[in-house]
Amino acid sequence: MLLIPCPWCGPRAQVEFTYGGDARVRRPAPDAPEAAWIEFVYLRDNPAGPHDELWQHSGGCRQWFRLRRDTRTHEILGSAQPGESLPGDTR
Amino acid sequence: MHPALKYSIFSLARNALSYHERWPLAWRSPAPKPRYDAVIVGGGGHGLATGYYLAREHGIVNVAVLEKGYLGGGNTGRNTTIVRSNYHLDPNAHFYEMSLKLWAGLSRELNFNVMYSPRGVLNLCHSPSDIDAAMRRGNAMRLNGIDAEFLDRNEIARRIPNLDCSREARFPILGGLLQPRGGTARHDAVAWGYARAADALGVDLIQQCEVTGIRLDGGTVAGVETTRGYIATSKVGLAVAGHSSRLAAMAGVRLPIESHALQALVSDPVKPVLDTVVTSGAVHFYVSQSDKGELVMGGDLDFCNSYAQRGSVSVIEHVASACLALFPSFGRLKVMRTWGGVCDMTMDGSPIIGQLPVSGLTMTGGWCYGGFKATPASGWLHAYTIARGAPHALNAAFTLERFARGETIDEKGAGATPWAH
Repeated sequence: MLLIPCPWCGPRAQVEFTYGGDARVRRPAPDAPEAAWIEFVYLRDNPAGPHDELWQHSGGCRQWFRLRRDTRTHEILGSAQPGESLPGDTR
Repeated sequence: MHPALKYSIFSLARNALSYHERWPLAWRSPAPKPRYDAVIVGGGGHGLATGYYLAREHGIVNVAVLEKGYLGGGNTGRNTTIVRSNYHLDPNAHFYEMSLKLWAGLSRELNFNVMYSPRGVLNLCHSPSDIDAAMRRGNAMRLNGIDAEFLDRNEIARRIPNLDCSREARFPILGGLLQPRGGTARHDAVAWGYARAADALGVDLIQQCEVTGIRLDGGTVAGVETTRGYIATSKVGLAVAGHSSRLAAMAGVRLPIESHALQALVSDPVKPVLDTVVTSGAVHFYVSQSDKGELVMGGDLDFCNSYAQRGSVSVIEHVASACLALFPSFGRLKVMRTWGGVCDMTMDGSPIIGQLPVSGLTMTGGWCYGGFKATPASGWLHAYTIARGAPHALNAAFTLERFARGETIDEKGAGATPWAH
């Protein structure tokens, strides 16, 4: 089981959390072309390696946060509150 | 197949005289040629079936099936061996029914016993709304010519005496939808059967050969880079479910897929106690008994992206607790082995079988939980699409473009959340 570092509560067991998917997906502007919306709704990079993802501490403080985790090994590389950055952030 | 290579009572008797020491190898292990008419990536059931049907149905024998590990070592050897066609939506119903019909004749077709056992697949209903959904799906199946029977609680209790059908059960059973022709098959045998039959028709099966790149020439497939050198070809078919995103990305294609780990487990082997595949959507659980006597069971995904072929113990615990709620008598069994596989989870829960937006590139993948039962039809239709350059009526709906067009095939109605299907 993963030991997930909640940015507010510290390390907690995976069963306290709910997965929210790829954190790099960005909602397009309302007037963006249809192709941008199709990409937003359906297409994912699905990397084998470091993956930025959203989690909610649903069985704890109920906050959403960003977790960076290696999808090949499940190694956790860091977590950040919304608005905070993680090492190597490009955006 | 050369008569000397064919398995029969006579070959068994002949080889008994030489103490079974002179059986020929089931397939060759050739070195890759510099060029093929078609290259299939992935030596699991789907890739081997694609190679077999390219040769058998379309006469295209200058084909290589490339496998990075050993044949059938991925999801083909990691599933829970259930075959069924109990789907509600027409494209799924017709596709999986084609597959079930192929399963019925597969041992004869391949001269290899795939141990297809139509023991029935029963979906339990625990609430009035479960019954409504089962009736609706059963009626849809019957309208599509697929067998479906609704069983009431007494009939289920009679057929499956181990199942707790009492009113006091934690999840009381009110009825169930049975597909009598559903059942199980031997997963390894499917890979070996297709491999042997494809090899006999001249298809090259090349193991320990990982594809590291797809070379394009002006938007058209020119060949594949592999760990055993470059192979030129104008047609590449991907049969790499779990890793479809990674292979498609080599040709610059993004897919509506996430990779997730799905776990399964077996108990220690016991005498026959369960002659039906029993599933419950409400408690996320399914179980059958293998011919070795192990109870084979599984449940939910691990619910986060993963390329690791393993998952969390909490999921195993959930499966075990669901098992004991339904079958209290299994509480004396021990979990003998657990394992995980990587699933292509698509954005609508249905597969992608067809051409990708690069000329000469096709795929069969996106199987979510259910790729094993699809193996024969997937290979047949993938081969058809490669040979004809256009999809068959039975896979015409399973395009990549359906997402952009809003023509998703969402059996569960879960929407674009891949781990919710």
